[in-house]
Amino acid sequence: MSGLSIRNQKDFYSGLLFIVFGAAFMWIAQDYGFGTARRMGPAFFPIILSGILIAIGIFIAARGIAVAEEPMRGFTLKGLVLVIASTLLFGLLVRNAGVPLATALLVAISAFASQRFNWKPTLVLAIGMAVFCVVVFVYALGLPMPVRGPWLGG
Amino acid sequence: MELLSNLMIGIEVSMTPINLLYCLGGVFVGTLIGVLPGLGPTATIAMLLPVTFGLPPVSALIMLAGIYYGAQYGGSTTAILINLPGEASSVVTALDGYQMARQGKAGLALSTAALGSFFAGTVATFLLALFAPPLAEVALKFGPAEYFSLMVMGLVASVVLAHGSLPKAIAMILLGLLLGLVGTDVTSGTPRFTFDVPELADGINFVIVAMGMFGLGEIIRNLENEEVRDVFTRKISGLLPTWADFKQMTPAVLRGTALGSALGILPGGGAMLASFAAYSLEKKVSKNSKMFGKGAIEGVAAPESANNAGAQTSFIPMLTLGIPSNPVMALMIGAMIIQGIQPGPQVMTEQPALFWGIIVSMWIGNFFLVVLNLPMIGLWVRMLTVPYHLLYPAILVFCAIGVFSLNNSGFDIYLMAVFGVLGYVLSKLDCEPAPLLLGFILGPMMEEYLRRAMVLSRGDAMVFIERPISATMLAMAVIGLIVVLLPSIRKKRDEAFTEEG
Repeated sequence: MSGLSIRNQKDFYSGLLFIVFGAAFMWIAQDYGFGTARRMGPAFFPIILSGILIAIGIFIAARGIAVAEEPMRGFTLKGLVLVIASTLLFGLLVRNAGVPLATALLVAISAFASQRFNWKPTLVLAIGMAVFCVVVFVYALGLPMPVRGPWLGG
Repeated sequence: MELLSNLMIGIEVSMTPINLLYCLGGVFVGTLIGVLPGLGPTATIAMLLPVTFGLPPVSALIMLAGIYYGAQYGGSTTAILINLPGEASSVVTALDGYQMARQGKAGLALSTAALGSFFAGTVATFLLALFAPPLAEVALKFGPAEYFSLMVMGLVASVVLAHGSLPKAIAMILLGLLLGLVGTDVTSGTPRFTFDVPELADGINFVIVAMGMFGLGEIIRNLENEEVRDVFTRKISGLLPTWADFKQMTPAVLRGTALGSALGILPGGGAMLASFAAYSLEKKVSKNSKMFGKGAIEGVAAPESANNAGAQTSFIPMLTLGIPSNPVMALMIGAMIIQGIQPGPQVMTEQPALFWGIIVSMWIGNFFLVVLNLPMIGLWVRMLTVPYHLLYPAILVFCAIGVFSLNNSGFDIYLMAVFGVLGYVLSKLDCEPAPLLLGFILGPMMEEYLRRAMVLSRGDAMVFIERPISATMLAMAVIGLIVVLLPSIRKKRDEAFTEEG
């Protein structure tokens, strides 16, 4: 069976992803009441939608096995990891350590993802953004965000 | 003259100093993000939404609308000067605009784009004022079955007219609809797909989805290949077109405006489709077609008029039916809901000041754009030199603070990161994020209309094809799908979107 190989990875994996999402929604929705067509329960619409999603996912994945196309290119793991990690860190720090530290670290860590990363302008940008955010968002717009969080004794 | 008195209401609302200021601010920000490559109107509007929550609804929507059509203007500037379209809708402008710039006619190309856009914007504003009320009147008679079918048609049309793989786009819509259902079910009070997380009980805020998929996802995508941009730094002169230039561009502007206005109304239409179609049309009908791609003034005038006309007429389905035709309109609907306005045909009758104020503000905004763009071109050119590796960390900060300010919750930021990963992975698999956002906004509404229609029909699904308006809309959706699946038309559709290749 050498003919059965994945010729279009983008189709195959996106199809698979849709099947997984559809199955997950359907599986969770089974716990809710389905109701009748006249009195639709909370599970009615989600189960119909996830059923169609699974069907289309199977179609897309099958097409990925049958029809060849150009492979995936230029996936940036470094960009993905650094941008997401710095965002998650911001979420953790903004309440606990305060806006300026969270902002400066978000800038510094995410900037590292660029090929043209240079520590001097990045440092200036990190401090500049931290000051800007405190002045504009906390003092001028009055958003309820701590300048110094509990972790820093605020 | 009802139209005149309605326009008077609009003038009164939009001419107040505060609203003029928000309009100016909107078009300024719009031009700015249009000039800056890598930052689109969807991400920007999502970023600025939390700021607008405290404003009166009309000011908020005037500003958000200004960002959208302002971005079309700004995008053309980068297309002409550095052959790098700031917006997807300016891709075709780059073909001839950049050639003109290389021949020393950058000023002429810029003024052609600005004047063409202004003319198109003016016409489209009047079309909006003219066609919106009768359409809203028809829509007022719609029952839940009609609304459900209308949404089906809108969603199908939005993928039929967009580019990319059709099954993937439909799958993205379904995923969006499902994600839109996360939260407490309004009818039964059952929390759905919340994993007992209290932050999910009210559902996922659409700002988080938009910011994650369009903001974060786009940043990561741009980090894949960072190119050095060759900025056109010579002094720009010759902004004023000669009489001969005027004569040459006028028919192209007229055709572009007409085509753009028509395509903008269609769900899934809007600025991008309009500019591609207008360029193809102009290339076919122009006497000067040999010059296309080598610096033809018509090649700038037609798509620029069309994208601005399309950007504005895409407000017609949003304002009259409450149906978004593209992600920006989906965000506008979200903004209205947050402001406590239920989108739909009743907006025009219940909120005439809001409705007409937005329409008139668009004309004022277009005027601002001409005044802003031509004399301030030096500033925009300098903005082009801002390097992306210093820009994206700042964008990231605005995304994070914007999302945090929704509920002061770190959870929302984690959720944004999740959608960032999802958006990036899906786009790497050639799944466009736009249909997901449309589905996400429409999900709860569709379920509600489906439920009500089924209650009224006592559980008989035939109601959707027994009622003529509903049946027509469903038939159009089916025809749309079949037409795209026909091999010959599919080839044409692919060609239309690869014009630049």
